[in-house]
Amino acid sequence: MSVLIQNLVRCAPGTRKRLLNDVSLDVPTGAFVALVGPSGAGKTTLLRAIAGLDTCESGSLLLDGQKVENMQDRARKIGFVFQNYALFPHMTVARNISFGLDVQPRAMRPSQGEIAARVQELLDLMQLPDMGKAYPARLSGGQRQRVALARALATGPGLLLLDEPFGALDPIVRRTIRSWLRSLHDRLGLTTILVTHDQEEALEVADRIVVMQQGSIMQDASPEELDKEPATAFVMEFLGESATFRGVVQDGWFTPEEDGVLPFAVAAEIAPGPADAMIRPFEITIASADLVQGQTVPISSQGVRNGYRHYLARLKDRTIAVHIPDYTGENVLSESYGVLDISRARLFRDGKRYS
Amino acid sequence: MGRCRVKTYILWVVSWAVIAIVLLMPPAVVVSEALKNGIGPALETLKDPDGIAAIWLTLEVSVVSVAVNTLFGVLAAWLLTKYLFPGRSALLVLVELPLSISPVVSGLVWLLLFGAQGWWGQALEQAGIHVAFAVPGIMLATLFVTLPYVVRTLVPLMEQQGRDAEEAAMLAGAGFWQILWRVTLPGARVALFSGILLTTARAMGEFGAVSVVSGHIPGLTETMPLHIESLYNGYQTVAAFTMATLLAAMAMSAVLLRSVPEWITRWREKQA
Repeated sequence: MSVLIQNLVRCAPGTRKRLLNDVSLDVPTGAFVALVGPSGAGKTTLLRAIAGLDTCESGSLLLDGQKVENMQDRARKIGFVFQNYALFPHMTVARNISFGLDVQPRAMRPSQGEIAARVQELLDLMQLPDMGKAYPARLSGGQRQRVALARALATGPGLLLLDEPFGALDPIVRRTIRSWLRSLHDRLGLTTILVTHDQEEALEVADRIVVMQQGSIMQDASPEELDKEPATAFVMEFLGESATFRGVVQDGWFTPEEDGVLPFAVAAEIAPGPADAMIRPFEITIASADLVQGQTVPISSQGVRNGYRHYLARLKDRTIAVHIPDYTGENVLSESYGVLDISRARLFRDGKRYS
Repeated sequence: MGRCRVKTYILWVVSWAVIAIVLLMPPAVVVSEALKNGIGPALETLKDPDGIAAIWLTLEVSVVSVAVNTLFGVLAAWLLTKYLFPGRSALLVLVELPLSISPVVSGLVWLLLFGAQGWWGQALEQAGIHVAFAVPGIMLATLFVTLPYVVRTLVPLMEQQGRDAEEAAMLAGAGFWQILWRVTLPGARVALFSGILLTTARAMGEFGAVSVVSGHIPGLTETMPLHIESLYNGYQTVAAFTMATLLAAMAMSAVLLRSVPEWITRWREKQA
């Protein structure tokens, strides 16, 4: 099911503070979109607005090109998984899952046998075949998560909305459920919108990442695009560890303010003036002191983690983390001096990227 | 360790002594007074038609209060916990008003409104509706006094549960009544049960407010507590204490029933 959001505005109840500030988003059928951003960015607010749980001041929402006005239009087309699962504690797992079918008007409701078959089918799909008679209180976090997902899928919705679905799970379960969810999405031909504050999770599972900040969409792009061409300094910082170097662009060169960092060539059309160069720790390289001219800085080794050799470069007022792939074998420094080469940095001016 | 055990022991003795003197002795005295001349004469007093009328009236008033206040309590608790609206905190305080106002005062208010000299009394009297010194007055007074119990037992629980379950039900396509009936109430059933039984116990025992509006007409407007007072003032000690025993037993069994759900869960846990 496709979702088209146009100029959505929602204010905090009773105030004029905008939780969603003119948000537009186009999600085609079959897409897997992740809404990411720091807490308070409006991701959950946007998800709830799509589900119709909150009303918006202005803007429109189309599902499959149809305008939706009320809950009846949405019921059974949307599956929603809450952050804390929101299972019904007084019902068995089977009754939880069949709830959406049980409450249908008699004329539309499948027979008891059909409902039972559907529940069993979903339990099998969720890899919980024998859990139908258990009560939610007796399940583990990962099992509750899957029951909540089964309940959301029971009526065969085309759109699946997930609010921080992995938040309460331990790291190993998270990883397995994540890839399992992705395969489920592909197998059932769903359109999925997922809210998470964990950017790595989003990059791994989604085809498209929507980065939000203060109620607005900062960037809407594929993981590769986002990684290569972050639109703003905020997006760059949010997507992973980064270092910022202040400096000046002049005559096709970026010259950092600090000693121990090499200038690098930039595109000629970039207007001269102050700019920020932002770079990830694994994109920095260390040039040996005897090969380059200029002020060197002390570099100390921090050991090896996840295949990267970690170094700390001590600049005048701060230290910069540098990660160098271990397999390269070159540049093995223990305690020494060097210069930082940041020529793979992206340039930002006033928070916006321009190269 | 040893000293700790001694302290625990002293605490245990003191608690039980207080409970015995303050809580267990009064009902025991009531029962022993009732059975002063043996069980035969005690049962004999229950055959008095005024006494039977009082028992029936008490049951009627309790049933009506429980029904009305359960319905109101559920809707009020739903409104107070699931929605944010202006005046919400004021409403929360107002609901507790009957707990803080003396029942006699609330009884007087009903008299002021519905008595023969009251604001609406004459108009209603002309229409043939009797409220003061009649059963409707007793019902109103009891309703007022017992209003907070269901709301106050439901609100904390429903507040803690939040709105997620209801929202999940809404998205699954359930309508308002389906959500109330299948999700909200079953989720809060223990608290609801407890509130209903508290209301029952309170409705059966209410004296002050009912006393003011009732007019003490034997056989017509006397509930059990009022009848007990009449009997006692008329020096019919055995009859008074027998009725008192019955009333206490009714109220106490209602309160004891409250712990039944707890026993059931404990039993189920043992089974599992």
